Amino acid sequence: MSTFSKFIIPLFVVFVIGYGLKKKVLIYDTFLEGAKEGLITVFHIFPSIVAMVFAVNILLNSHIIEIGFQFLKPILNIMNIPLNILPMALIRPISGTASLAILNDIFLKLGPDSMAGRMASVLQGCTDTTIYVLTLYFGSVKITKTRYALSTGLFADFIGIIASFLIVNFFFA
Amino acid sequence: MINKLWGLFIIIGIVFTLITGNIDTLNDTILTGAKNGVNIAVELIPILVLWSGIMKIAEKSNLLEKIARIFQPVLSKLFPSLKKDSKALGYITSNIAANALGLGSAATPFGLKAMEEMQKENDCKDTASDAMITFLVLNTSGVTIIPTTVIALRLMHHSMNPEEIILPAILATICSSIAGLFLDYIRRSKKK
Repeated sequence: MSTFSKFIIPLFVVFVIGYGLKKKVLIYDTFLEGAKEGLITVFHIFPSIVAMVFAVNILLNSHIIEIGFQFLKPILNIMNIPLNILPMALIRPISGTASLAILNDIFLKLGPDSMAGRMASVLQGCTDTTIYVLTLYFGSVKITKTRYALSTGLFADFIGIIASFLIVNFFFA
Repeated sequence: MINKLWGLFIIIGIVFTLITGNIDTLNDTILTGAKNGVNIAVELIPILVLWSGIMKIAEKSNLLEKIARIFQPVLSKLFPSLKKDSKALGYITSNIAANALGLGSAATPFGLKAMEEMQKENDCKDTASDAMITFLVLNTSGVTIIPTTVIALRLMHHSMNPEEIILPAILATICSSIAGLFLDYIRRSKKK
């Protein structure tokens, strides 16, 4: 199964470039144009990454979350879920950058190839910042009564989190 | 919300560390925190620049449009309240396709356009319509095929297989999307 993951990036690159050639797109010039936009994107998110990593580091190094969630440890142990992943699951729907900072902390302390590292990677990859997206999209058309949108979105996130744990345990156990 | 959250992180973190008496490590954390942040941001540059370049080719060659058109008939079934020829449907599929390819910055304008079109068909202007909720549930459960940021960060921390999480992430995404759409369907039909 992991071979599929290995092949997807190379195949995707070949496909996109091949398709571009076939459609007579100036692929090199277009690549440069996109790369420039990518650089601008990084430039824009640079300060927020620094700000969030700074704040998240202080919070995580105070160990308040580990101590606060100590009572959940027996349950998590049975389900084979590392405690370190909890703050990430809680923050993910609110801020993508903050959860990225937590992801970095998990990689730093436990390594990207640990169970916690893999679960956190899948978690970051499979869900989105639900609360932020809802605020942005509903705000853009001035909708104030959002009915069951938030609870349904958060329910989907919750299932995504559970699925991440189960799938990583299944794949890499 | 993000302002309060950021402040809370810092205040709770510092106060709790002071209570538990780890003043030495606290200074260290505060002073090196920014450095860590800069490191991550710098490490993200190569892959984001590279990927934006590749994706621009996908956009210019109309690959994005083509993928969107393939999924349109399937997606239209999820939005029974929209008119069959609704413009919103086109924007919705483009948004989902752009998100799937990791083109976040290209996805947002399509998404906002989709909201605008759905608002035109909405009878009650301050209340979310059924179609809007379905769209946002689908959008936030996020179908991303290649999570580039995660891979870049794994690469930075010397993962043996940075890309090994792609398939698990796709499967987890499918689970959350189906669960979200299912609950959305139940709540939508219950009302009528």
